[in-house]
Amino acid sequence: MTAAIDHDVILKLEDVSKVYSGTVAVKRANFEVRKGAVNVLVGENGAGKSTLMKIIAGVEQPTLGRILLEGEEVSFSSSGDAVNRGIGMVFQELNLFGNLTVAENIFATREITNRFHKIDSGEQERRAAEFLERLEAGIRPDMLVEDLRIGQQQLVEIAKAVSLDARILIMDEPTSALSAAEVEILFKVIADLKARGVAIVYISHRLEELIRIGDYITVLRDGRITGQEKMKNVDTQWIVRQMIGSDAKDFAKADGHVPGAEIFRAEDICLPRVTGGLAVDHVSLSLRAGEILGIYGLMGAGRSELFDCIMGRHGHATGTIFIAGKKVKERDTTRRIRRGLALIPEDRQREGLVSILSVASNLTLASLSRFVRLFHISGAKENQAVTQMVRELAIKVANPAQEVSSLSGGNQQKVVIGKALLTGPKVLLMDEPSRGIDVGAKADVFRTMRKLSRDGLGILFATSDLDEVMALSDRIAVMSNGKLTGMFDRAEATEAALVAASALGHGPVPHTENRP
Amino acid sequence: MTDIPAKAAVASASSGSVLLTLMKARTFIALIAVLVFFSIAAPNFLSAANLILMSKHVALNAFLAMGMTFVIITGGIDLSVGSIVGLCGMVAGYLVLNGIDLQVGYTIYFNVFEIALITLAVGILIGAVNGLLITRLNVAPFIATLGVLYVARGLALLSSDGRTFPNLVGKPDLGTTGFGFLGAGRLFGLPVSIWILVVVALGAAYLAKYTPLGRHIFAVGGNERAARISGVRVNMVKMFVYMFSGFCAAIVGLIISSELMASHPATGESFELNAIAAAVLGGTSMSGGRGTIGGTIVGAFVIGILSDGLVMMGVSSFWQMVIKGLVIIVAVVVDQAQRRLQSRVTLMQMAKAG
Repeated sequence: MTAAIDHDVILKLEDVSKVYSGTVAVKRANFEVRKGAVNVLVGENGAGKSTLMKIIAGVEQPTLGRILLEGEEVSFSSSGDAVNRGIGMVFQELNLFGNLTVAENIFATREITNRFHKIDSGEQERRAAEFLERLEAGIRPDMLVEDLRIGQQQLVEIAKAVSLDARILIMDEPTSALSAAEVEILFKVIADLKARGVAIVYISHRLEELIRIGDYITVLRDGRITGQEKMKNVDTQWIVRQMIGSDAKDFAKADGHVPGAEIFRAEDICLPRVTGGLAVDHVSLSLRAGEILGIYGLMGAGRSELFDCIMGRHGHATGTIFIAGKKVKERDTTRRIRRGLALIPEDRQREGLVSILSVASNLTLASLSRFVRLFHISGAKENQAVTQMVRELAIKVANPAQEVSSLSGGNQQKVVIGKALLTGPKVLLMDEPSRGIDVGAKADVFRTMRKLSRDGLGILFATSDLDEVMALSDRIAVMSNGKLTGMFDRAEATEAALVAASALGHGPVPHTENRP
Repeated sequence: MTDIPAKAAVASASSGSVLLTLMKARTFIALIAVLVFFSIAAPNFLSAANLILMSKHVALNAFLAMGMTFVIITGGIDLSVGSIVGLCGMVAGYLVLNGIDLQVGYTIYFNVFEIALITLAVGILIGAVNGLLITRLNVAPFIATLGVLYVARGLALLSSDGRTFPNLVGKPDLGTTGFGFLGAGRLFGLPVSIWILVVVALGAAYLAKYTPLGRHIFAVGGNERAARISGVRVNMVKMFVYMFSGFCAAIVGLIISSELMASHPATGESFELNAIAAAVLGGTSMSGGRGTIGGTIVGAFVIGILSDGLVMMGVSSFWQMVIKGLVIIVAVVVDQAQRRLQSRVTLMQMAKAG
C-alpha cells in the first residue's frame, strides 16, 4: 500500500562497472534506492548482487561509474566512509568477532567511552539490550558471540546494522540462517524501519519472501541489470524470466555415439575427515571410454574430495583405481597424470591457474616434458601446441604471452581445460566446469565435453546444477554425505529422484531403511 | 599516482604505458644513474683497475643473490647463505692445512681441485638440509634457514675454535698448492671469479628460461596448489632451489678464502641481507613467482657500485648504510606502484571492452 506513492530516490548508481582480474562482476549498472521502501535485488549465484552492494557500502570501489547520494556525487574509500554517510550493511558472511561479547560486537569501532577514554561497558550493554529487545531473540548483551547459534549470530549482525541508525540499510541474505519465527520478527523490524523513512536494500533467493515485503524489485543477470519494476506490477514468473533470460541454456546435443569398453574404475575409495568420519565413504564406480558420467550432489557431498583421491592428492586415502583394466599403483599426482588422468579443479584461481604466468606457460605447465629435447624446452614445439589449443578451444586471447589473469573467467576456464588436454588424458575429471563463467563460454565448454567424449575420452564431471547434469550425462551418479547414493541411466533419471538421492544421509531422514 | 580517479586514469592509460615502460626498466636506469654519478663525482672511478676491483666485489654478492633469487621466486627465503659462506671457507682452509686425519696414522691430503669439489658438496649438502626441513618437516623457510644460519656459523667457529686458518699456500710435496688461483688468478685479463660468475649466471638464466625445472620454479612460486595439481614435483623443485643457493654460497666461501689466503670463521656475516637486497632491487617479488637472473645481477651491481663509489667519495660508512637502505625502499615502492598501475591499466581495458 505504501508503494502507491512514489518514494524519493536517496541513492543512485550511474553506469557502475566493477572488474576483478579475470571477471567483469558488474557491467554498467544503473540502480536506484528509494527512501522508506524495501528495494529488493535478485539474481542467480554470481550475478553480481553482492558486488553491487559492496560498492554501495564502500567495501569495494567501482572501476567505472559514479554514485549519487541525495543528488550529490560521493566516493567511499572504505566502509567507514559509507557508515559516516548513513549507509549500513548486514553482510552475507558473518563479520563478527567470536571472542567478544554481543555488546562489544555491536559497538565495535564505535565504542562508548567515558571521559578517560575507558570503555563504558555498562552503557554499551544497556544500549545493546535495547536493540536486542526489538529483535525478541532472547540474546543477552554480555554473551560471547561464539556461544550463539548461527541464526542468533545473524540477529546480532542485524542488531549491529540497525544500531548504526542508518538512512540506507543493506541486507544481504539476512534470512538464510533464520527460523520461520525469527524471519517474522525481522519483517516486523523492517516494517518499523520503513515507517521511519529508512531505505532498505534487500537481497534474497527466497522469492515468496521478496514478493511479501518488497516495494521495488531489481533483477541482475551476469552483472547486468535486466529488469527494474514496482513489486506490485510483477509476479514470480516475471522474476524468473528476468533472472534466467528467455533463451534456454545451450547444452550441446548428444550425438548418439555408443560408449566403448571400460576405461576407468574406482573401487572402495575412502577418505577420512580430519574431524572424524569419512569425507569419501566407500565409493566405487566405473566409466567407459566415450562416456560422460555426471556426479550430482549438494555442496559438501564429497564430490571434489573423490576427485582429489583419484588424482592422488591425499596420501591417507584408501581404495584402488584402474585405468583400462590395469591397476594404478602410482600414488602421487605427477605419475597419475602420466598414466592418463587429468583434473580440472573447481576453484580456478586457487588450484587451476598460476595467475602471474602467461596463457602459454599455463597451457603447457602440466605437459612440458612433451616439448623437451634433452633438457631444453623447444620453443617451436611449445608454440605449436599452444596455438593449436587456443584454436581448438576458441580461447579469446590476442597474444598467448599475455598474463592469464587478464582473460575473462570463461577463457581462463578454457585455459585450464587446455592444460589438462595437453597431457593427453584418457580420463578427464571436471569439477564444476561451468562455475562462474558466462553463457557463451558455458556452451563452448559443453561442446568441448561432447567432442572429447566422441573422441573416446572418459569424462567424470561433478556439478550441483540439475539442468546441467540431466542434459550432459550418459549416466548420473548421486553423492550425499560422502556416499554414492544413486546411479541412474539418463533414460530413467528424473529430477525428483536425483534430488531425493542427494538429500540422503543429511539430518534425520525418517525412512532411510526403506531405501536401497 | 595511484590515487587518480577512475576517469582520469582512462585518459592517462596511454601515457601510463610510457610510465610503465620506464618503471619496468628502473633497475637499469638506476645502474646507469649510479655509473654516471660516480664517474663525475669520484676521481679514478672509471679506471680499468677500479672497475675490475669493483666487479670482484660485486661478483661475491651476485653469486649469493642468484641463489637467493630462485629461492625467493618459489616463495621462500634463505637466511643461511652467509653462514654457509663462512663454513665452506673453513672447510676449504681446514682441508688445505690439515687434510683428513684417518686416525690410523695416515692423513689424506687432497689437491686443490678436489678441495673445491668437496667444499661445493658441503654447500649443496647444507642447502639440502634446508630443503628437507622445509619440504619434509614443513618448517617455514624463514625459521628453517634461520636455524641453519646459527648451526652453520657455530660449526664454522667450532672447526677452528674461533681462530683463523692462516696462510693457505699449501705444501708442494702434498700437492695442496695453487689455492690462490680462484681469488687472484686471471684468465684473458679478467679475474677468475668474474669468469665463474659469467658461467654460473648464464647457466642460471638458461635454466630459468628454457628448462622445465625453471618453468616449474616460477609455477611453484606463482601458485603452489595449481602447480601440484598440474603434476609439478613441488618438493623436488624446492629442494633444488635451496641446494643451488647452498652451491652459490660455497663458491663465495671458496673465492673469499682464496683471495685472502686465509679462512676466518666469521666471514659472510650479514651477507644474506645484501643478497636479498640485490634480488629485490632487481625486481624479484618477495611474494614469489616473479624475478629474473639478469635483473638480480643488475641489482647486485647497483648495490656494489653504490657502496664502492661512496667509499671512494669518502662518504662515512654510517651514511652509506642510510643511503643503501633508502635505495632498497625506493626500489620496492616503485615496484609496488608499477604493479598497481599495470593492473589498473588492464582492468580499465577490460571494463571498456566488457
